[in-house]
Amino acid sequence: MNVLNEVNINFLSKSSNEGFARSAVSAFVLCLDPTISELADIKTAVSEAVTNCIVHAYPDTHGTIYINIKITEQNKIIIKIRDKGVGIEDVKQAIQPLFTTSNDERAGLGFAVMQSFMDSIKVRSKTGVGTTVIMEKTIIRTGYDKR
Amino acid sequence: MVETKYIDDVLTAKIYGEIDHHRAQSIRTKIDAQTQMHKPKELQLDFSNVSFMDSSGIGLIMGRYRQVSLLGGSLKVVNVPQGLKKIIMLSGIDSLGVLK
Repeated sequence: MNVLNEVNINFLSKSSNEGFARSAVSAFVLCLDPTISELADIKTAVSEAVTNCIVHAYPDTHGTIYINIKITEQNKIIIKIRDKGVGIEDVKQAIQPLFTTSNDERAGLGFAVMQSFMDSIKVRSKTGVGTTVIMEKTIIRTGYDKR
Repeated sequence: MVETKYIDDVLTAKIYGEIDHHRAQSIRTKIDAQTQMHKPKELQLDFSNVSFMDSSGIGLIMGRYRQVSLLGGSLKVVNVPQGLKKIIMLSGIDSLGVLK
């Protein structure tokens, strides 16, 4: 995998940072000249993953959320969103649409949105250690400036 | 941000900007206070000025649907921008018959 560009963003799991996170990712991938629809898909998926960290990974505290974004050959974007929170006991159950452990009007659609809006998603989690979500999306239009 | 007006048994809540988990909380509080006060026959959520939403927007719609139904009213979601239709369709809330 030939990485053409890469950025790391770390921030505190405060809900006011949700807008910052999706805007920062969006700003970084703009160099690939995505369509408005592709950009909206990425922003939405990032917003879901970051919200999961804020609501579920660090329920009673503020921990750090780590985002790593890579741009590789063939206009592929790889976004890794990681926390060191409580972890998910049963990942298979957690990614089921409408499943939610929260009673705070969460729709239980976070992972369904990530799956539907990105090309692929992988979730790794260990109770007490944290969760990593890796999402990929290839931008159809080309034109990345390799400089 | 949200602006509300109550005319002829219809409470309209016009939502501005982005709806995420953070912003949904204050939008929900304002709409619910007005809903409790007026007990409208119809609650209209106007999405014409919503520039972004994630599944928190779906939670917001479902929660208001439940709340206004409990008070004997109905919910309508109006002026949904094209860019938000993908997440609305994915959620299946169109089956509630609230979209206009």
